[in-house]
Amino acid sequence: MFEGFKRIFKWGLKNFWRNGWLSTATVSIMSLTLLVITVLLMLNVVANVILEELENKIDISVYFKLDTSETDILKVKDQLEKLEEVNSITYVSQEDALVKFKERHKDNPILLQSLDELDVNPLEASLNIKAKETSQYASINQFLESVYYQEIIDKVNYMQNKDVIEKLNKIVTDVKAGGLILTLLLALIVFLVTFNAIRLAIYSSREEINIMRLVGAKNWFIRGPFLVEGVLYGVIGTVVSLLVLYPVFYFLSPKLSGFLPIEDIFGYFQDNLLAFFFLLLAVGIILGGFSSWFAVRKYLRR
Amino acid sequence: MINFNKTSRYYGDYCALKDISFRVKPKEFVSIVGRSGAGKTTLLKLLLKEEKASSGEILVDGKNIDEIKEKDVPNYRRKIGSIFQDFKLLPNKTAYENIAFAMEAGGRTDEEIAEDVPQILNLVELADKADNFPYQMSGGEKQRVAIGRALVHKPDILMADEPTGNLDPLHTWDIIRLLCRINELGTTVLLATHDREIVNALGRRVISLDRGQLIRDEEKGRYIV
Repeated sequence: MFEGFKRIFKWGLKNFWRNGWLSTATVSIMSLTLLVITVLLMLNVVANVILEELENKIDISVYFKLDTSETDILKVKDQLEKLEEVNSITYVSQEDALVKFKERHKDNPILLQSLDELDVNPLEASLNIKAKETSQYASINQFLESVYYQEIIDKVNYMQNKDVIEKLNKIVTDVKAGGLILTLLLALIVFLVTFNAIRLAIYSSREEINIMRLVGAKNWFIRGPFLVEGVLYGVIGTVVSLLVLYPVFYFLSPKLSGFLPIEDIFGYFQDNLLAFFFLLLAVGIILGGFSSWFAVRKYLRR
Repeated sequence: MINFNKTSRYYGDYCALKDISFRVKPKEFVSIVGRSGAGKTTLLKLLLKEEKASSGEILVDGKNIDEIKEKDVPNYRRKIGSIFQDFKLLPNKTAYENIAFAMEAGGRTDEEIAEDVPQILNLVELADKADNFPYQMSGGEKQRVAIGRALVHKPDILMADEPTGNLDPLHTWDIIRLLCRINELGTTVLLATHDREIVNALGRRVISLDRGQLIRDEEKGRYIV
């Protein structure tokens, strides 16, 4: 048995080497496939970060009437925190609001002066609410509109921002769904290209397979070397694609960091290099092995 | 040893072989002759279990080859050495490797292979071409590698389908002499050919086929159409 494995391995390596051009072509296609997959994965990571940033920018604010006591507001806060949809709530007291207002308008002395002339703080205390999902703001708003709070709440800015939130919500869902479909579609295309490239490579060996059968070789002994070749395509393809991507990310990363929310794409790639390696290796080996196995099967059945 | 019993083979409506019956005794040298399309190759393909007979039976050593299970076919094929007009060598393997591969496929050990292959290469007079690939050899040399490969399992039967079809007269006689020698060493030889000169010079048993039918079977026969 061990001798059999040794021989299969030997012929697989020899065939790979002797079919030089064919092997090079197939490895190139395999490398391209794995390259596309890596880039797709990276794009998904970047897209997710962008979406997350966008989602983080959305919140709704509840403004309380000037005579509302802090205890009442905190009670509302407690109630809100019990809601499943709520991710976090920040309380901005009247004083905080004033500090923020002054900070924001520090270049406008007239405005600040007129504010100083007032006896009371005209700014309302508020609660900033962030939902877990963009789609949940509607139901949080509904909760706030219930009669119980009508007396103390001045306004909820959801109605003003409703259109923006809904639009953004749609964009987020669309981009997520579209990204997934596009990723799957592209992955499928590159899979099929590699699968067929390997089938073509083995098609050129169909006569050889037939000869092996005629000299009395068992099916596993015929198939084995082709499987070894298929797996080799995957292994070498993985190494080649990572060797290509490493310098590409290295040089591209500083140029991209300006307009992408990820500071350091190369750093991310480097941190996850081992994970990428094993993932691509698994994809390459399974794709190469399966394609070979499948392609040879056709000629063994005749 | 070999017994064809009312064997027929149809491809759709076309009849390639019709009711063929004959027996071959051990150590016989039988030429199967006929024009192209007479059914020679079909007959050999049936014997090698490359194709299945439409009706009738083929017995080898008293056993109906139709009953051989799919997984035992490789073993059966190793009992029959076969050579072909187009040599059927593995193009990516050297002369040595072509012969070694057949032995490996038969589960022989590395020691046996290291010992037998040079001997076989000597027998077919190709010791100096051991490391040549098929594209580096002449037709006659390729056919001798193929014969060497056919002999590795010490087969009881050697089946040759137009082995000289692609060769010049000089190489043709090399091959025929080699086949005769193999036959003298005790192997049954089935030679399918349409080369009148060879058949007449051999002076052995001749089975003549015409349009799928057996029309003549003579000891010390001649090629008559």
